[in-house]
Amino acid sequence: MQVLFLLEQVVNGLVLGGYYLLIALGLSLIFSVGGVVNLAHGAFYALGAYASLEIAKYLGFGPAVALSPVAVGLLGILFERFFLRRFYTADPILSLLVTFGLAMIAEQAIRMVWGAAPLPASMPAALKGSVVLGDFLFSRYRLLLLAIVAVVLAGIWLLLNKTSFGRVVRAGIQRPDMVAALGIRLQPYMTTIVVLGVAMAALGGALFAPIALVYPAMGAEIITVAFVVVVIGGLGSFWGVVLAALLVGVVRGVTINFLPAAGEASIYVLMFLVLLFRPRGLLGERIEKFE
Amino acid sequence: MNQDRKDVAASVGRREVLKASVAGALALGFPAIVRSQSDKIKIGHLTPLTGFLGALGQYAVLGVRMAEAEINAAGGVMGRQIELVSEDSVNPTTAATKAQRMYEQDRVALLFGEINSASAKTIMQVAARNKRFFLSTGARSDVLRGADCNRYTFHMDIPVTVMVNAEGQGLLRDGLVKGKRVFYLTSDYLFGHDLAKAAKRFMSEHGATTIGDELCATDVTDFSPYLLKIRQAKPDLVATNLGGNQVTNFVKQYAEFGLPYAIAGFNLNTADAWAAGEGNLSGIWPTVWHHHIDTPGTKAFVAAFEKKHGQPPENHAWIEYVSLKVLAQAMNEIKSTDNDKLIAFLEKQPQFDLLKPRKGYFRSWDHQMQQEAYTFTVKPKGQAKDKWDFLQFSAAIPKADQPLELLAPTKAQSECKMA
Repeated sequence: MQVLFLLEQVVNGLVLGGYYLLIALGLSLIFSVGGVVNLAHGAFYALGAYASLEIAKYLGFGPAVALSPVAVGLLGILFERFFLRRFYTADPILSLLVTFGLAMIAEQAIRMVWGAAPLPASMPAALKGSVVLGDFLFSRYRLLLLAIVAVVLAGIWLLLNKTSFGRVVRAGIQRPDMVAALGIRLQPYMTTIVVLGVAMAALGGALFAPIALVYPAMGAEIITVAFVVVVIGGLGSFWGVVLAALLVGVVRGVTINFLPAAGEASIYVLMFLVLLFRPRGLLGERIEKFE
Repeated sequence: MNQDRKDVAASVGRREVLKASVAGALALGFPAIVRSQSDKIKIGHLTPLTGFLGALGQYAVLGVRMAEAEINAAGGVMGRQIELVSEDSVNPTTAATKAQRMYEQDRVALLFGEINSASAKTIMQVAARNKRFFLSTGARSDVLRGADCNRYTFHMDIPVTVMVNAEGQGLLRDGLVKGKRVFYLTSDYLFGHDLAKAAKRFMSEHGATTIGDELCATDVTDFSPYLLKIRQAKPDLVATNLGGNQVTNFVKQYAEFGLPYAIAGFNLNTADAWAAGEGNLSGIWPTVWHHHIDTPGTKAFVAAFEKKHGQPPENHAWIEYVSLKVLAQAMNEIKSTDNDKLIAFLEKQPQFDLLKPRKGYFRSWDHQMQQEAYTFTVKPKGQAKDKWDFLQFSAAIPKADQPLELLAPTKAQSECKMA
């Protein structure tokens, strides 16, 4: 019984990991392509949640979840064009400062527009409740969330690995100078990657709004976990981030099972251990421009 | 001729009036402006604006700013305007540093505020060290007015024992105590531990058994591992001793998983309930004040707040509002900002209007404000007029014919010994 229950926690951790993945993958993509640690990533997550609440007022829950990432993605174009683009080749500390500043501006802007108090958010009643599969209990909503994450994940993987677009991006990660020498302009690819990244964050925000608190500082809250996932997974590695997100979810769940008070600390201990033995992260590739 | 003299006289008169008014302005007006700038009474205010209690602190600031404006519009304190120095207290360490700075460098007349019990505790220590006045407004931990009490600190909010006793009345009424198996979730910091202790004491005294108690870090946002453990334990009642954002996240996810067990909590603020949204919240919860209280004071406060902010005030907006009003009234009555005089005055147990049916007073031996409490449940679906209106509040506890100190710990139960 105890073993079975532990397994239930593991499976639940995997589901939660899927959600972390949505935020962390975009962060990792933007970093590996542009060399920019986007500290404003959490802001797009928060904007995604707030935008979904606004859209849901007029169109309902489903369209809100679909349209909010589109709206925030459009904002991502401006973000890339006017801010990130200037910092791809600059000292990393500059982009850190700029994105950190933008994150604070975004948080205050949200506070001014929507107020400081948390906003209520609900899911359609049909999605509430849980299902028991085998001996395992799942929230119906989280199963749906997991399915959406799987679809997004598959889409991104296909885009990066099975299309000419993906080939250029991957080449650009490793040898931007060579790509340029071949006469390919990386700029539009960068823009697309940034838009995809922030749209995923926004999707995460929209999906998590009904089950967590929607408030101005929600972005700052998620960015830490997303960052931990990226560091554990290893920069530039698609599967590294996937593995790390699931691992973080599982480690947290299992720790809460045995030692509830240490649940939140466990993911940092995990990061510490991984960095101790594999400084590049679990599946981190050697990227020349960052060495 | 007559005409001329009249003109001269008139012109002299005009000139004199002019001169007099200029002189008057110089003598009275301008120095008065200069004086009023340097002569404002500075009042220090600390409350968490970030972190898991930040959402509540935001309401506190709205309330305190309203009180500041109203007090100044009514002539200030002893004819002087007050100037609020309000900052984010962040965490217990920063709160203590800022408190020291406010007493020492900003030269505030006194200090008040805070929601986080752990931060209130460190500020209380700073107040005692500096021998300066501190009114703790929103911190509810028992030990602050128990073993850790000091003569420089007064406490506005109801302590956890009162919350537990009020909530307990609701649970007893609904038959959720005697013989029931209870699973607790407890926030892992001073306040949560304190609340859990009081809650378990009450529940076991009334015949309930504890079948689980899990600690949750203050930054937990995902409660699914805890929900799985609750399902394994199959309790009769899930009782939460959580704080701030935790409560909202928990009730949302409890609704998400749709577990069938009854739920109640010993701490929930109206803001947390609003943030959860209709349809996510269930169970019985205690509170210190609510915006439907039928008194002229509450009605006027709620109307003014709604006019300014487009929504009803929640209990932290209220408590910060009445706290500053109480302080201003006290300083006006003793005609001084002297902290020792203020303490001596408050220890005489003067009555203050808290916008509730009965007036409140600080009990002299533990400096705890004695006042009514309330419980609330969720209205049946479809009865809410708008998104702020889905809570159903109980009548005041204790009842009008019962003593005000009914729910509070007695002197024999309290560990407070003031030096």
